[in-house]
Amino acid sequence: MRKTATGIRGFDDLASGGLPEGQTTLVSGAAGAGKTVFALETLVHGARDLGEPGIFVCFEEDPAHLQRSALSFDWGLDAIPETDLWFLDAQSDLDMGRSGNVDISGLLAVLQAKVLQMGAKRIVFDAVDMLLREIADPNIVRREVYRLRDWLLKMKLTAIITAKVFNTTSAQSGQPSMEFIEFMVDCSILMGHQILEGVFQRNLRITKYRGSPHQENETPFVVGAKGIDVAFMHGMEKPHASVSSERLSTGHGQLDDMLNGGYIRGASILMTGYPGTAKTTFCAYFLLAACLRGEKSLFVSFVSREDEIVRNLQSVSIDLQPHIDSGLLRMVSTRALRGSAETHMLMIRTLAHEHGATCVVTDPLSALSQSGSPTINGPYVAERLIDWAKSEGITVMCTSRLDDAEGADEASPTQISTIADTWIHLSYDLALGERNRRFSIIKSRGTSHTNQLREFVLSDQGVTFRDVYVGAGEMLVGSQRWGRERSDELALREQEAAADRETARLNGDISKLEGGIALLMAQLETKRAEAATLTERTDEQVSDTEQTRDKMRDLRGG
Amino acid sequence: MPRTHEPEDGWGAIIVRFRLYVAGNMPNSRRAVANLRKFCIDHIAGRYTLEIIDVYEVPERALEDKVMLTPLLSVETPHGIKRIAGDLSDRASLAAAIDAGSLG
Repeated sequence: MRKTATGIRGFDDLASGGLPEGQTTLVSGAAGAGKTVFALETLVHGARDLGEPGIFVCFEEDPAHLQRSALSFDWGLDAIPETDLWFLDAQSDLDMGRSGNVDISGLLAVLQAKVLQMGAKRIVFDAVDMLLREIADPNIVRREVYRLRDWLLKMKLTAIITAKVFNTTSAQSGQPSMEFIEFMVDCSILMGHQILEGVFQRNLRITKYRGSPHQENETPFVVGAKGIDVAFMHGMEKPHASVSSERLSTGHGQLDDMLNGGYIRGASILMTGYPGTAKTTFCAYFLLAACLRGEKSLFVSFVSREDEIVRNLQSVSIDLQPHIDSGLLRMVSTRALRGSAETHMLMIRTLAHEHGATCVVTDPLSALSQSGSPTINGPYVAERLIDWAKSEGITVMCTSRLDDAEGADEASPTQISTIADTWIHLSYDLALGERNRRFSIIKSRGTSHTNQLREFVLSDQGVTFRDVYVGAGEMLVGSQRWGRERSDELALREQEAAADRETARLNGDISKLEGGIALLMAQLETKRAEAATLTERTDEQVSDTEQTRDKMRDLRGG
Repeated sequence: MPRTHEPEDGWGAIIVRFRLYVAGNMPNSRRAVANLRKFCIDHIAGRYTLEIIDVYEVPERALEDKVMLTPLLSVETPHGIKRIAGDLSDRASLAAAIDAGSLG
């Protein structure tokens, strides 16, 4: 069995390809469930994108009115020529009388001619329950529905029949029973909505799909400007955008060093921390870097207004305003209370697409989890956001508040943290009556990263990381660190002073000894001199005596 | 949609103009033709005109005249048009439709 795409975001994945080609699909649901939009969007996709002309048969609504309403979707509906997309007004004539048995041959004759003329491949019968109500007789109804089905098969049309279902049984409400139609078709979709904790959320379910494995769960969807958007997360089968090894600067030099150059393009970064731990600041650095690279980025805040955010960041020397003005950075703030998780998810995706953003920040991501139906859709929505970003090659950064403060068990894996590529945790270290900011990279896939905690300071100059201080085998931060550094310094000075003193003392001794030596040397000289003089005198005396003797001899000589 | 107007010239003896849309040889359509003919012979011989249109042969007429269910009988009297869907096996409603028109 071949399948044909509806072009509805998420649905074709949900249905593993689309609707059964050449077969009939029943789309049922209460009034306002979105059946007509679903059917029309499928037809438009066929006519506009696949070269499959289509016919839309209206049993309930005036086609002109329907087309006018559908202009609110950006399908380019009015640009599609009648030869590709044709509407038939088959609304019942309220004044018409009945006499006996009827059949739908007139309708089929008209359609047949048109199908052949247009080469139509797709057809929609919108609100067929109205036609069946007009026929009234249940036996005739059954017969005519089979006639329709046979005709569709003969013409090899891919058909969608929409029908309203009511809560009351058909017997009570007087409506023709739709159950046999369910049995007759190969594919059946039920559309509806629920209100959970005050939030409206649409959903659809493929209740039947012969010959095809399909998702059986209720899947949320929204109706946006582009039409229907089904919240289907396609596991791992869908290939993501090619894996990149390009590094994007984190916007902070020291952090770049810690992360081998920065975040990997297309990765998802989760930044957790108690309020006030500077998560938004690091997000801003990331965006700043993106803008400096000339890349378009998007900041979605569920917490503060755009101008407040910009102003607060300016106080720490991060100025995003010029980039907002240049059009590179788009900032959007909204409150999470107003819609379901799916609605916000859709909004983020739509904004990112419109802007052409390659970098997206969601602050906080937990807003998505808290709105809507928390038990079912919360983390599921977050995973889908990250999955979507990856498939588009968008680098996404999400912040998340922790519900508990200091001492939160960082090792406990929340759903979001498991699938994010990088998980950074910001916290306060409470010691000695003061708070010191801590930065910790808990994990970063594809990056060897420091396992240490880093202390940082947030001043009006922005973030400054302190060098890691390891004293006596334990890492210290803050004033403990300061204190220890100080005492170490003092100890060093003390050592130096002591050494000086010692040197001085030795020098003194040396001087003394040297002085002593000098004295002895002087005495030695004196003695030597005396000795020399004595010898001299003695020699003189001896020579004198000899001279005298010689002289006396000479005198006596005679 | 019924439109009311004063009897225009050209009606004369004719009190009703029938236009019957049929779907080829479908059973309902065959019955409708038969039933209508019998009715006319029985009650209004010579005072009616009948046009039979086969939606299979001229689907553009069916489209133009909004004929979704067949057979479809359009009953035009000087006082308006009434449409009846079905094989006309119910004579009472047929008569009523004509009478309502001719009473004006």
